[in-house]
Amino acid sequence: MREITYAEAIREALKQEMQRDPNVFLLGEDIGAYGGAFKVLKGMLDEFGPERVRDTPISEAAIVGAAIGAALMGLRPVAEIMYMDFLPIATEQLVVQAAKMSFTSGGKLRVPIVVRTQYSLGRAHASQHSEFFPVWYMNAPGLKVALPSTPYDAKGMLISAIRDDNPVLFIECGLLYRNKGSVPEEPYEVPLGSADVKREGEDVTVVAVSRVVVEALKAAEELQKEGISVEVVDPRTLSPLDRKTITDSVKKTGRAVVAADDHKTGGVTAELTATIVEGAFDYLDAPIVRVASPDVPIPFSPPLEKQYMVWSDDIVKAIKEIV
Amino acid sequence: MKPLRDGTLTKLEWEIEEIKGLDPSEIQKLGLDGSKLVKMLRKMIEIRTFEEKVEQLYVYKAALQGAAHLYFGEEAIAVGVCFALKGEGYVFSTHRGHGHALAMGISPKEVMAELFGKVTGVCKGLGGSMHVCIDPEKGAMWASAIVGSSVPIAVGAGLALKYEGRPEVAVAFFSDGATNTGAWHEALNLASFWKLPIVFACENNQYAISMPASKAVTCGRVAYRAVAYGIPGMIVDGNDVLSVYKATIKAKERAKRGEGPTLIEFLTYRMKGHGVYDKAEYRPREEEERWKKLDPISRFSKLLLELGVISNEDLKRLENEVKEEIEEAVEFSKKSDFPPFSMLEEVTFR
Repeated sequence: MREITYAEAIREALKQEMQRDPNVFLLGEDIGAYGGAFKVLKGMLDEFGPERVRDTPISEAAIVGAAIGAALMGLRPVAEIMYMDFLPIATEQLVVQAAKMSFTSGGKLRVPIVVRTQYSLGRAHASQHSEFFPVWYMNAPGLKVALPSTPYDAKGMLISAIRDDNPVLFIECGLLYRNKGSVPEEPYEVPLGSADVKREGEDVTVVAVSRVVVEALKAAEELQKEGISVEVVDPRTLSPLDRKTITDSVKKTGRAVVAADDHKTGGVTAELTATIVEGAFDYLDAPIVRVASPDVPIPFSPPLEKQYMVWSDDIVKAIKEIV
Repeated sequence: MKPLRDGTLTKLEWEIEEIKGLDPSEIQKLGLDGSKLVKMLRKMIEIRTFEEKVEQLYVYKAALQGAAHLYFGEEAIAVGVCFALKGEGYVFSTHRGHGHALAMGISPKEVMAELFGKVTGVCKGLGGSMHVCIDPEKGAMWASAIVGSSVPIAVGAGLALKYEGRPEVAVAFFSDGATNTGAWHEALNLASFWKLPIVFACENNQYAISMPASKAVTCGRVAYRAVAYGIPGMIVDGNDVLSVYKATIKAKERAKRGEGPTLIEFLTYRMKGHGVYDKAEYRPREEEERWKKLDPISRFSKLLLELGVISNEDLKRLENEVKEEIEEAVEFSKKSDFPPFSMLEEVTFR
């Protein structure tokens, strides 16, 4: 199959959905002639014109607010928030407004918006352009949270997100944009709320999120040489969370490492650990090990940032603690 | 063109229009016949009677719980704006939304049942008092209980109308308080940037809880803020339903011509406290008395009596009809069931 990058897969999903459905349009900062801060939307303005690829002023709350209002009227907007660090400005709109609309109206309203954003951890962008706090949004019932780790998932999950009648936060990873993978040319859906076993194994389960899935796969490859068989599970969406696939895997292997590069306290790994404890405690042959970033802001100094992040070596070390 | 404030901003292109009290001869020009005028008065009385009942149920009978922000005294705005829309508008409301809901044609039964938390309520009892103006089939699109936050959402509705080339307008209701939030400023700028068909309807009821608009709106008038976004501003007597109607028609026509949004500041007064339990001890009683004399319902009924559109007997009959309707709404609400807990998950995600 043809290989394209993670960024190209996202662009293709948007392109195909915009060709299919005239109600789909894009809005955000510098997404037109500039093509998005990371060129993910390169060429979209030329193909779809300024009515459907709408550059906005720097107004994150109004970008998401406008997407919500347009969705209430029947359109399917895809808003872009350039860095995840800018998302808190629009979080009131996303969490306090959009996520609660169906509920508060007793089911009368639907808000089919997608808010795309990306986290730039690992690019020496310092404390205000690198952040990754997906758990804030997991704790917002009514909002779906998707974080693809491969080009295949990126395309299929974005198509699903656009067709979904709920608000979806689609968190891309800046470091993954150039990663290549097999992606079918035709449109397809990867259902939101279904985890994926990225690699089958027998001795230990690693549940990892976003770019750390790639690190977990590297760790699995390395440990294979030492005769340790690692299963890698990617939840793909944190809300809804496919707890069954995660616990089924741990029931099979009896050991678990959970890994993500957000802060440890109250982070993604906390919820994943709780999921395993609740659903597969009796099957565990060893304690669960968490691999996460420390509880400090992200440093600029590149070697320090590298140390702050989760790498395959950290996962190998964690696995060796319990296998 | 006169300067906004002495010596300042004189070089800017700006437009602030004032509409204060309407000459009765203008009524016909607005296309309002006797039956429509009576309908408007009836709706204003419906809102007032509803709110009187709500206050009674909360404060004196302890039959209702939670928050309720009464629309008492601001009836001319909801009625004037919503009648001017003639079914061609999508409305975004606030925590003080009972009046908006009723003016958009949501029945007193559904609104009252919502306040009782019953499954027959407009939001099946899950929204409560601050979320009653929600019925998309009637053009009531959303009611945000976070001050200022529905304004960017209304901008999105305007964007959808423009995107699809539809002839309607979006209306954002908000208070003087909302105009001090960041969301509001972002929203006005974006609406102007895209020239969207939106009526920004500010209900300047003089207070954001206890903070007077005269202090917090630092440029003196909400309408002046239109200048910063290159859109027309209007200052309108918000206790005169006909002035409200006229101003809204004007803004709506402008929007429909593709000329973009208008900011209208309706001057009115929150005749009760912020919520049902607030006695408004922070403001002078003389001020309340002064505004009482400008009561929108007394003014409008007096005008219709003078014009011979309605007789004293008609008025009495109408008031009794409305009273009965509100009593029925209360009975209906009391008899209705609470929603089942199992419903919560069903409506969290679609």
